[in-house]
Amino acid sequence: MTTTTVEAENLGKRYKNNTALAGFDLQATSGEVLGLLGPNGAGKTTTVRILTTLLRFDTGRATVAGFDVARDARQVRRRIGLTAQQTAVDDVLTARQNLVLFGKLFRLTKADAMRRATELLDQFGLADAADRQPKQFSGGMKRRLDLAASMILAPQVMFLDEPTTGLDPAGRREVWDAVSGLAADGTTVVLTTHYLDEADRLCDRIAVIDHGRNIVEDTPMGLKRQMGADRLEIVAAEPDDLAALRGIVERIADGDIVVDEAAASVSAPVKDPVPALTAAATALQDKQIAVADLGLRRPTLDEAFLELIGDTDKADTEKVETAKEADK
Amino acid sequence: MTATLAPLPDETLASRIKWTLHDYRAIVGQEFVHLYRQPVNFLWQLGFPIVMVLLFVYVFGSAMDVTGQGAGVDYVAYAMPGMFAMTMAFGFMNTAWAVAEAKEKGFVDRVRSMPMASSAVVVGRNIADTIHAAVDLLVLFIIAIVIGWSSDGTFWETLGAFALLLWLRFALIWVGVFLGLLVKNVEQAGSLFALAFPFGMISSVFTPPELMPGWLGAIAAWNPVSATATAIRDLFGNPAVAGDSWPEANALAAAIIWPVVITLIFLPLAVRRFQNLGR
Repeated sequence: MTTTTVEAENLGKRYKNNTALAGFDLQATSGEVLGLLGPNGAGKTTTVRILTTLLRFDTGRATVAGFDVARDARQVRRRIGLTAQQTAVDDVLTARQNLVLFGKLFRLTKADAMRRATELLDQFGLADAADRQPKQFSGGMKRRLDLAASMILAPQVMFLDEPTTGLDPAGRREVWDAVSGLAADGTTVVLTTHYLDEADRLCDRIAVIDHGRNIVEDTPMGLKRQMGADRLEIVAAEPDDLAALRGIVERIADGDIVVDEAAASVSAPVKDPVPALTAAATALQDKQIAVADLGLRRPTLDEAFLELIGDTDKADTEKVETAKEADK
Repeated sequence: MTATLAPLPDETLASRIKWTLHDYRAIVGQEFVHLYRQPVNFLWQLGFPIVMVLLFVYVFGSAMDVTGQGAGVDYVAYAMPGMFAMTMAFGFMNTAWAVAEAKEKGFVDRVRSMPMASSAVVVGRNIADTIHAAVDLLVLFIIAIVIGWSSDGTFWETLGAFALLLWLRFALIWVGVFLGLLVKNVEQAGSLFALAFPFGMISSVFTPPELMPGWLGAIAAWNPVSATATAIRDLFGNPAVAGDSWPEANALAAAIIWPVVITLIFLPLAVRRFQNLGR
């Protein structure tokens, strides 16, 4: 059964000199991985800090795990886990001592805290490193210990603020596996990230935020689809063939053709991908032109993201210009 | 996934107090693990007062005439209680540094997002630092005895002197917590030394305020560190060169009152600062 575990409406937060959130909405359900995506200063961390009871907010309403964040902070705190941007584990204590300490601070009895520490060390693949200090760990191991520490009470909602920033590829994969595991067990995961491949791979849904406002919310596939059609791309084996290739693509394309001389490629959007690909292949064979690559390309999430953020920046610039006009 | 471990209820006042104490104990326990796993760090922290003792006793000491009976006479007896007081005075930097580090590393945020008493970060720190300071004093005491210093006071007077020292350190913990929360990062906490140095030194620790220019002597005489240093000199039966100003003439009272004043000012500031982390 899916239940709504995170519900935020019209969140507003002003710091002294800037508005961090200007009416932000967010929903998430159990077992869902929700990605918060946006440029630096967009309001991602502010949102996480509000939902984890660390920060008061000015307007709006937020409930997490069924409790009001502002009024029932203590109840919320029992039902959430937080992994912030820095790994907040004690470098001097061993991995096990860390988990026992946090277990005690989550108010387990000593025996329960020790039992839970052992379970989590096993679950996060740290059993062999249990009696070593985190300062000897790899980045990925340290992050996993950090995750384990926020999992002591098996939270209903897990918040991760840039969980893989600064990790090597192996470390990122370790964290991804851990996050997928959490969601499979029914935990709601809310994560912020700069990495679009990470959002693409992990998230069921992505909320794009900029200037403290919702820009768009969709599945990763949906976001990419919003970018428009697939593109047919041919990369020439010989740069001299570019003109001929352009001729072929021209007959198949459903939009503007882009010729990239540096990459020796010709590309254009196509409405019907499979017939377009077949037609291109046939034409190449007929004319006996050798190519380095022929294929269909779906827009990447990066492109979708830049397009969306670019739009809001443009809108903002226009607003400023309108204001300037008004001043005159 | 393993069964959810429900947190124990803490709804009644009695159980809330019980669990709050439990949180404090957990944080103090963490500090003890630090202490025994990093004995080298502990010794480094003590390194400064030890070097100062050796410098002032063996390098400058022979040229110091604080009692008016000639250079070097009784200087160890005069300076040693000063060293004890100065070590306590500098202690607030350790507190500030530890608090700044916990904040910078996200430990404070983690704790604040947990269902525990968030005051444990501050109070646990306080208890741990006081114990830490007691160990500092014990080590310095042994060094002092080795280089020929002794307390001529009774057992209870000597114990009272150490209690006064810890009383000063306890009050300064609130200064440390406040400053630790105020600074942006650990680097800034390190530069608090610029504050600690004059606070510890412009006092009767090494020389009587009488021997300083008038205005500076007045500052030194009213420095809380001087009050504690002069009061414990009396209790240890060491030579004290007290002037006529009120805190010098009433050193014992001043040594008791100053920490109260410091606590009354900095405890609310530290609490306010901690609450403002949510702004």
